[in-house]
Amino acid sequence: MKEISQDIYRKFQELGVEISPEDIEDRLDKMVSKFKVPKEEARRSVVNYFLKEHNIPRNQFYTGQSESPMMKVSELNTDGKWVNIKGKVVQLWENTHESISQVGLIADETGTIKFTKWGSAEFAELTEGQSYLFRNVVVNEWNGKFQINMNKNSSAGQIEENITVGTSTYAFTGALVDIQTGSGLIKRCPQCNRALTKGACMEHGKVDGVYDLRIKAVLDDGITAQDAIIKRDLAEELTGFTLESAIALAADALDQGVVLEEMKKMLVGKYYTATGSRVERYLLVDSMVPKSTVDPQELDELIATAEVA
Amino acid sequence: MAGYSREVARRVFAQEFRESTLTFKDGDDQYAPQYLMTPTGARVNRIFIVGTLIEKEDIGTDSEYWRGRVIDPTGSFMIYAGQYQPEAAQVLAECETPAFVAIVGKPSTYTTGEGDVLTSVRPESIHVVDGQTRDIWVVDTAKKTLTRLKELEGGSDSPDVEKAKEYYAPDVKHYYSMVSQALQSLKESY
Repeated sequence: MKEISQDIYRKFQELGVEISPEDIEDRLDKMVSKFKVPKEEARRSVVNYFLKEHNIPRNQFYTGQSESPMMKVSELNTDGKWVNIKGKVVQLWENTHESISQVGLIADETGTIKFTKWGSAEFAELTEGQSYLFRNVVVNEWNGKFQINMNKNSSAGQIEENITVGTSTYAFTGALVDIQTGSGLIKRCPQCNRALTKGACMEHGKVDGVYDLRIKAVLDDGITAQDAIIKRDLAEELTGFTLESAIALAADALDQGVVLEEMKKMLVGKYYTATGSRVERYLLVDSMVPKSTVDPQELDELIATAEVA
Repeated sequence: MAGYSREVARRVFAQEFRESTLTFKDGDDQYAPQYLMTPTGARVNRIFIVGTLIEKEDIGTDSEYWRGRVIDPTGSFMIYAGQYQPEAAQVLAECETPAFVAIVGKPSTYTTGEGDVLTSVRPESIHVVDGQTRDIWVVDTAKKTLTRLKELEGGSDSPDVEKAKEYYAPDVKHYYSMVSQALQSLKESY
């Protein structure tokens, strides 16, 4: 209790307000002992009382005390953490929600992350392609993914430096254990390029789709399962299909699914090393090399390990 | 981490798989995933096997129900595929034996009247592969098993290792020699 009251006392002192420590302690004590308020709640309530009393804006008290740490995009993995980041706005999306002012992607040399600039954020509109220093943005986890939110405590300043967007490449070796639905011969929406499900786009409804090839594979090394997306060029190279031959095969069978079946027969169960960039839980594969043989040296080393024991 | 994440396919040799008897659920929920704990502490909800399919038989009475035997250098896996594993059952129906196959599946156990626990695999998919892939799998599985054995010896504090130790009191030497035997079998070709 003493600690909390001293902490509060110190923080107000930093803001240039002198409050009597006894007063703080009395109030805390009354709430905690008499009214059974949990300590943290009591603290908040006491702080709010003094803020009102001395007419101090709340965010001055809560953010003025310590500077958020400077971080890289790839390090943003703690829900609720306040950070500063330097990054480039690489994409802005259409946004329809009235309380949101802008949505898009921010990137630095380590990765890419989604951002939401809320209507309450008081800085000017962000421009695509411009690099900024963002202060006091908050990391938020939603559905297992991280994003950053900019609110009324946040600020953004344009910087001269042109941040190079990193697609830090990542390699994963494992067995291809599954190819998921939505792979093989698919149709995309001509307007937004999204894959269609049952001939309809999530955004634009029933449309006349454009054919494409892609593979959503799961690579598994026995320790982690990695989702990987293989685009048309690479899918063609791996399977020997061309978009045209895949369409012809599907037309023959009166079923788009046969392309997926054929691809599964060729790829599933084999070992590959996939290299590419990671976006959220997916690995966007740039190259994929089959592991075709056992390394004799590795074999000898493993035998040695197994026999020493 | 919130949300769903796919169960990793573990690598376990047939001998160790056959000697596994401990199954448990992660939580009380009806839909909580079921695991098979192996003697070296692999927590298996999904398994990846590459081996030789040497026998197959349709043992179903009304509908097709396929039983297959897949061998690796240490022993054999029994696999069962029926109407609820249509893709796998179809491959079993069509393929010839012997053949190298890669199987992704779920472990399942059956306790006999005498109290013996029999393990088998319910395949999600079976694909015919080449002999190279099978050899790579043997090395891969050996490597994963050695890592688990080291953790067993090294007094790791992972709950899986603790659980395996407590339940099986595994003879570490026995499994080291299994791995060694599996690797030696590749020696002729490399």
